Amino acid sequence: MPEHRPAASIEAVESGLAAQGYIASRQIATAVYLAQQIEKPILVEGPAGVGKTELAKAIAHWRGQKLIRLQCYEGLDEAKALYEWKYAKQLLYTQILKDKLGEVLGGAATLHAALEQLHDFGDVFFSKEFVEPRPLLQALEQPAGCVLLIDEIDKSDAEFESLLLEILSDFQVTIPELGTVSAVSPPTVILTSNSERDLGDALKRRCLHLHIGFPEQRLEERIVESRVPGISQTLRRQMVAFIHEIRTLDLKKLPSVSETIDWARVLVLLQAAELDTEIIKDTLNVLLKYETDIEAALPQVSTFVAKAARQNVFG
Amino acid sequence: MRENLHRFFRAARGAGVRVSPAESIDAMRAVSKIGFDDRQILRDTMLVTLAKTQDEKRALGDCFDLFFSQPEPPPPSAPDNDNSDESGEDSQSGGQANGGGGGNESSGGAHASENQPGSAAAGGQPSESLGPLAQMLLRQDRNEIQAAIASAASAASLPDIRYFTQRGIFSGRILEQMGISRLRDDLDNLTATNPSLGERLQAATDALRDAVRETVAQALLLYGREEAENLRNEILRNAPLSRIEPRQVDEMRALIRKIARRLRERYSKPRKRQRRGHLDVRRTLRRNAAWGSIPFLTAWKRKHRDRPKIVALCDVSGSVARVSDFFLLLIHSLHEVVDDVRSFAFSGHLIEVSDILEKKTPEAAMAEIMSKVGFGSSDYGSSLADFEDEWMGAITPQTTVIVLGDARSNNLDPRADILRRIAERSKRVVWLNPEGRMAWGFGDSEMPRYATFCSVVRQCATAKQLERAVSDIVATYQ
Repeated sequence: MPEHRPAASIEAVESGLAAQGYIASRQIATAVYLAQQIEKPILVEGPAGVGKTELAKAIAHWRGQKLIRLQCYEGLDEAKALYEWKYAKQLLYTQILKDKLGEVLGGAATLHAALEQLHDFGDVFFSKEFVEPRPLLQALEQPAGCVLLIDEIDKSDAEFESLLLEILSDFQVTIPELGTVSAVSPPTVILTSNSERDLGDALKRRCLHLHIGFPEQRLEERIVESRVPGISQTLRRQMVAFIHEIRTLDLKKLPSVSETIDWARVLVLLQAAELDTEIIKDTLNVLLKYETDIEAALPQVSTFVAKAARQNVFG
Repeated sequence: MRENLHRFFRAARGAGVRVSPAESIDAMRAVSKIGFDDRQILRDTMLVTLAKTQDEKRALGDCFDLFFSQPEPPPPSAPDNDNSDESGEDSQSGGQANGGGGGNESSGGAHASENQPGSAAAGGQPSESLGPLAQMLLRQDRNEIQAAIASAASAASLPDIRYFTQRGIFSGRILEQMGISRLRDDLDNLTATNPSLGERLQAATDALRDAVRETVAQALLLYGREEAENLRNEILRNAPLSRIEPRQVDEMRALIRKIARRLRERYSKPRKRQRRGHLDVRRTLRRNAAWGSIPFLTAWKRKHRDRPKIVALCDVSGSVARVSDFFLLLIHSLHEVVDDVRSFAFSGHLIEVSDILEKKTPEAAMAEIMSKVGFGSSDYGSSLADFEDEWMGAITPQTTVIVLGDARSNNLDPRADILRRIAERSKRVVWLNPEGRMAWGFGDSEMPRYATFCSVVRQCATAKQLERAVSDIVATYQ
């Protein structure tokens, strides 16, 4: 495990991520490099399945840091995201310590004195031991730093965004009973969003904004190459070209990189040497997730195959 | 370079990218880590730090390309300055007004020294009597002239340019900075003493004017875009919808779409607002019966808020054809803001268009609706009768009925009695009329007869009025 050192250049980021099997475009590498250099969270937007979450995982692996993931959903609140008091433990401890309390307070002559003595103990039951850290607090407490992935932030409520602001800009959270907890070493924060709703300006202002779209043909070929090593070069070229043709159609859900990889695996499993109309028709359901989309794509398959084959000859 | 970045931020704001001070600080910090060497990386850096949406990224990318397509002043090279000759130094004094352009000038000098042999031969003899600008023009060193223009432009605070009407002023200021008055004197002298050289200088001067004009035009494109757009939008917002010119139709559509987006942003989010009303005495007493009716627990009434329900009737007949486009566009946006909208279009008869508006893009939907019922001659009476026959059940006491139309019924029976029944069933009836109040009741307009049954009748001739009207309707449900 390499210890965490800031990468020296954008190329270093690129090669570091590539070693983890994540082929990053120049823009992605630039964003990751910058996030590290000026200590800012990255907000990653883009269609589903282009590798937004994967990016966070790759960074964590590459740096040998822990990945702490917070999956957002409607109704997520600070008790689940930040911290919670261990009520049961507090109750249990008061029961166990009941006798002890009696002992301590036994010497007190008046009620007033007893109260005084109680004050001396401070907030025993509201101390760190009784705090259950949730992902956000955990991320701040990692001594070696970590990668904090706040996944699908657009699924959470607008109020939750405001909760994140403090941690995003200053890497600290404030717990009323304990005070402010600052990060031991600032985590690398990555937020992902599918643009289901517009995020607030305050949140966006605090982040670097990275948009990952569908990759270019070359890049996608490299991604397939690194993820599905068993696939032959001809097939790889053909299938990526075919997928790029499919993406020009007006579909409900365009196939993204994750579908490309799945499809490549399927093709390898079926031991296809070359792309032909039959095998595509059989496996189109891996690529397209809606019945209407498949119906729309089917009549085009043979022309696309021809195109893809031609590109392979000349490209 | 810092100067340049600041100018770029201003240009970015001009291009419609909202760059806050905090973001510009981020960009500065990022650039200090990245450096200026690789244009592509610099571009990526700007896109990552400044632009926060896809649209902004596109705008900023264009802006970046435009901004850096200008001749970039090369980095200052101090030692080179020593071997640049006297006349080279002189020529730059015209534009030496501010410190920010320091880099430009010294590099201009460096370039001048490279081209020295050729240019000295060309304008060598008479140069003693000429002003610095004339000398520079006669040397015809394009780099030097460009640099001089750039520094004069920043001295004349060219980035402050906002409107196209300012082009003349700024061109004049820049030329003034460069010493055009001295040049004019030189030109007069030369035509008397040395006509051939004078002619050459005249040609060079014209070229200089063109170059300056070009610079100003580009600056306007960079820095003035937002202002110009705001101004145009403001005019467009207040222009009568029925009388806009064909070339403005696309802009108007864009504007309406912008209005729709604003409405959506404002009203689509369910706001949590205090819903507690007065103390519910009866429930409080009942709840506290166990404690001898001492009110430990209080119960409160809740304010009741209706969920928005809208029925929109849109006239698409020939008399309002130009406006109905925009009406439909706005109804389309209503469909996105409010869950429960049913919309109908009519001219001679009435059809329901909710499905079309919900499933298709605005353009496709509008085309389909227009081809189905559009452009006929309007018959409000029979359209209302159609509505009563089939869809009267859609109206509940929570419904707001919006009618968009000019109420011109071609002297047919207006059937105001149906509108009365609609008004009785619904929460309220809002009539938006593209015609001015003056025209109501004249000719075949039945507005006064309908108006008696409407809760609100508004003139709705401009985009601004349209926005106000719809915003008011949606706000009553908030």
